[in-house]
Amino acid sequence: MEFGLSEEQVLLQDSVNRFLSDQVPLDEVRKIASGEKSDTGIWQGLTEQGIPGLLIPEAQGGVGLGYLDTAIVAECLGHHVTPSPFLSTAVIAPVALLAAGGQEDLLAGIAAGNSRVGIAFGEALGARADAGVSVSDGKINGKSIFVMDGNADHYLIADSNQHLYLVSANADGLERGNLTTIDATRSTCQLIYNDVTAAPISNDANVFIQALDIGRVMQAADTLGAAQCMLDQSVTYAMQRKQFNRVIASFQAVKHMCADMAANIEPCRSFVWYAGFALDDIPDDRRLVSCQVKAHLQDVGKFVSKVATEVHGGMGFTDLVGLHYWFKRIGANRQLLGSPEMLREEAARIQDLAA
Amino acid sequence: MDLSFGKQYEDFRGEVRQFVDSHKDKQPGGYDGAPTPKEWQQTLIEHGYTARTIPKEYGGFGAQPDIIESRIITEEFGRVQMNTGLGGQGISMLTPMLLERGTEAQQQEFIPPTIRGDISWCQGYSEPGSGSDLASLSTKAELDGDEWVINGQKIWTSSAHIADWIFCLVRTEPDAQKHQGISFLLFKMDTPGIEVRPLVDMTMKANFNEVFFTDVRVPKDQIVGKRGEGWLVANSILGFERGSLAPPDAAQARLNALINLMKSETMNGQPLMANTQFRERLMKIQGRIMAMNYNDMRLLSARLNEGQDAKLAGMIVKLQGTELRHELEGLAIDIMGEIGLSFDDNPYVRGDGSWQRHYMYYLGLIIGGGTNKIQRNIISERGLGMPKEPKVEAK
Ligand SMILES: Cc1cc2nc3c(=O)[nH]c(=O)nc-3n(C[C@H](O)[C@H](O)[C@H](O)COP(=O)(O)OP(=O)(O)OC[C@H]3O[C@@H](n4cnc5c(N)ncnc54)[C@H](O)[C@@H]3O)c2cc1C
Repeated sequence: MEFGLSEEQVLLQDSVNRFLSDQVPLDEVRKIASGEKSDTGIWQGLTEQGIPGLLIPEAQGGVGLGYLDTAIVAECLGHHVTPSPFLSTAVIAPVALLAAGGQEDLLAGIAAGNSRVGIAFGEALGARADAGVSVSDGKINGKSIFVMDGNADHYLIADSNQHLYLVSANADGLERGNLTTIDATRSTCQLIYNDVTAAPISNDANVFIQALDIGRVMQAADTLGAAQCMLDQSVTYAMQRKQFNRVIASFQAVKHMCADMAANIEPCRSFVWYAGFALDDIPDDRRLVSCQVKAHLQDVGKFVSKVATEVHGGMGFTDLVGLHYWFKRIGANRQLLGSPEMLREEAARIQDLAA
Repeated sequence: MDLSFGKQYEDFRGEVRQFVDSHKDKQPGGYDGAPTPKEWQQTLIEHGYTARTIPKEYGGFGAQPDIIESRIITEEFGRVQMNTGLGGQGISMLTPMLLERGTEAQQQEFIPPTIRGDISWCQGYSEPGSGSDLASLSTKAELDGDEWVINGQKIWTSSAHIADWIFCLVRTEPDAQKHQGISFLLFKMDTPGIEVRPLVDMTMKANFNEVFFTDVRVPKDQIVGKRGEGWLVANSILGFERGSLAPPDAAQARLNALINLMKSETMNGQPLMANTQFRERLMKIQGRIMAMNYNDMRLLSARLNEGQDAKLAGMIVKLQGTELRHELEGLAIDIMGEIGLSFDDNPYVRGDGSWQRHYMYYLGLIIGGGTNKIQRNIISERGLGMPKEPKVEAK
């Protein structure tokens, strides 16, 4: 029995963390968040590390690693609030395309870092405002909002039947408009469809649900990394900042805030590891675990992002230390692909506890 | 990652499961011909399902320590909520400590009757002036010839009113620094000079007591470890205690009971489970239990595989586990509305009153065994490397 990361997994974690520490310092994140720079450079760098093709089999140009490996990378990206289309292009799209079969060229393009596939799933989970997608005779009409990745060249779209379609970003009749959200580390857009030609990818809702589940686990891992980083920054800051002639880390109120963060984060690490492992090896657990791991991580993430900001005092509230990038990253992970209450209701349904 | 225990252990699990299934109806209980708790304890020892790694010469089963085997026993007994034998502080705390720190003579004298249930123990640590700051304790023992003479008072001593013996921290070296002046003594509760006054707790039962010592004379050799080593000895058992205060498998069993309650209990004819808000809270607790379960797997793994660091994961268990249980039991009360108030002989009482009882009991555990605030001190200082608070002299 061994519950933990293998040597290879620790190496993977170290190498991704090293790359991100070197290439994606906070200054770089700021430039991208402010629109001064695009995230393509980082994605190129991550491509050299094989990241876009993590889940794509070697025969199709990828690296063919497992879900736990992918969760480890997601955690690193969250830790460094890395601007990248990882969740959409490297996780949800390949999982859906592989499950559905076909689209070999696109998969190879993703693995090579040449293609970015945005994800428009929101309308299949719960259509908000005036959004909604309908498809007939191979043409899409309607609107998707809060689509992941405003810089993609393809979009994977789910309709209300949870059927999946692929469109090209420059297809006739497609109107794309950026949507500003709190999380500027990852771009979000809306898509308006006027008789846009769509390639059917899957009319099996299970494909959608599988991609969704796996996306949720990776989002939980991203939150784990971000939350851990906020705790680390809090302890470091508290050990330096002095008030009343002593470091604030010696005040019990501050210590207990940090202890509570640690006490909540630590079991989350095991939860995310288990979830990644279950995706690989315990298929019966996949549905429940992916709903619960995301719901739980978002609760802990919300708590940590508040308390860590508080530990930093006024500094935490400023743009100067940039703690808010982590706060907002966690906030975005919470809302996208199902908020905690939705996920818990889904968890109840999965266990036959809800009608 | 490899969560399987392997073939040899699956065979072992088969054996345990067979025992559990064939003994489900032979546990102690209120039926004709039911075994007494002591008889049941003996059956469990003979099969190696309790006192498993205690040497045969001390009345145990004598198996080599094997964390996985112990785990499997816990899982299989937990699966059907099987009676796991006698508990109490003598078995869970004193016995492991004697095995580590006791003399051969002490092991022979105390372990066999303790694990058989022939003698029961209480833990005399806390004092009126020394709770969280336990090392400041002032009950003193002075050597007079071949005997210790003990004077002072203990408080919150669970089961002192029914215990045969006490393991007790006393100050024997008044001139030494506070942690180095303490010794660990064992003595009989019927020794002249001991007075036990039960204290009714919030469950309205007297589970703990005040214990007064006036010139209590105890043979000199009834000390565990050397003079002044009592703090070390006590700390070796506190580890045992904290780890076992709120295990996640017990929380999982209670969650299952709560799910059943929510399916069977109704409001306006609808099962409580049909209420979305109740369900939301249930699912939230489930998520937390899952996290603690996997945390527990990680701890098990770290004991089995050298080099895995799970220090912080271990430190948070008492804090998180007790808070979680308190909330879980409280949720059952909340959703039952007025029925949740039922206590004792009230005909509407559910689950034998266990929801209210546990709800209060876990508040006790949030305080006992090192309060959860003290746990936060430990996590921040030893886990996160934050400094101790400056000491202030009391006026
Ligand atoms: C159900 C139950 C069973 C028990 N059984 C036994 C037993 O069998 N044997 C035995 O010896 N003892 C037993 N105890 C006693 C228990 O160990 C003590 O109650 C506990 O250690 C706290 O001590 P105290 O009650 O004196 O509280 P105090 O130490 O006075 O604490 C009061 C409050 O102050 C806080 N506080 C104190 N110091 C600090 C600090 N440094 N930082 C932050 N906050 C602080 C505490 O967290 C708490 O909230 C039992 C207690 C309970 C509730």
